Amino acid sequence: MNLKMNGKTVEAEENISLYDFLVSKQLEPERLIVELNFEIVPKEQWKDVVLKENDSIEVLRFVGGG
Amino acid sequence: MEDSLVIGGRELRSRLFIGTGKFSSNRIIPEVVKSAEVQVVTVALRRIDFESKDENLVQYIPDDCIIMPNTSGARNADEAVRIARLARAAGCGNWVKIEIVTDNRYLLPDNMETIKATEMLAKEGFVVLPYMSPDLMAAKRLRDAGAAAVMPLGAPIGTNRGLRTRELVKILINEIDLPIIVDAGLGKPSEAAEAMELGAAAVLVNTAVATAGDPVQMAKAFNLAVKAGRLAYLAGTGAVKEYAEASSPLTGFLSDNA
Repeated sequence: MNLKMNGKTVEAEENISLYDFLVSKQLEPERLIVELNFEIVPKEQWKDVVLKENDSIEVLRFVGGG
Repeated sequence: MEDSLVIGGRELRSRLFIGTGKFSSNRIIPEVVKSAEVQVVTVALRRIDFESKDENLVQYIPDDCIIMPNTSGARNADEAVRIARLARAAGCGNWVKIEIVTDNRYLLPDNMETIKATEMLAKEGFVVLPYMSPDLMAAKRLRDAGAAAVMPLGAPIGTNRGLRTRELVKILINEIDLPIIVDAGLGKPSEAAEAMELGAAAVLVNTAVATAGDPVQMAKAFNLAVKAGRLAYLAGTGAVKEYAEASSPLTGFLSDNA
């Protein structure tokens, strides 16, 4: 199925959890922040949230800034 | 003498805040933080870049520091609120520096949108430190909206031009019963000292340290300058006069005829 991640279309397995999806993208879930369809998803829920076709995911992290 | 600054219920010994942008390598950040003796460190929030393998910045910030995410990239109050909520979800506390900019040449903040965002975020329990153009009425509205401190710019971001807004910042210091933190534009330790002598509660620097020849040494120089400026403010500077006034006695000269 196709998802939108950070504005780009990406492929993901059917019924994959948010957590497994992040790991499949070689991301370390530590200190990441995720918004799913414009709603913040608390870290505790990442393993329970199952992604659906056309979901829009924003994956963010802290960078240097003043 | 105990001289601490209290913001959002936190007692701070250090009056120097530091930003983490523009360092040639994040690896020197722990040393910079140590030599600056800072307790408040700013960061920004961005999308993960899947093309480049970037590292986790937070690992370089000592655990006892307060991480203050900024809302850079926000062009209005709603975007700033969204960024602040996302940053809080990272689990690094509830401080936020509001930065709302639509002007790309001077990066001057939009005071009106900043006031709106301050009000919304203060209601949600954030410790809100708004970056603003030094205007007394805007500062009063930020105070009334629940700001924990007010952060006027010294000069446009990243310009190293010094305390160009001195007269307006002084008015905020005199009239606003909140910590006034000079944020942006300070390029040299002497300029940080100047802000502190004026009565600023703290200063926030980034470019001046990050782009110095030796950022660790420059962090130390700012640390000392902020302490010196604060001490001078507390000591009370002497009066400025038009004409000379001798420091040595004006009697008992060798040529005096007694």
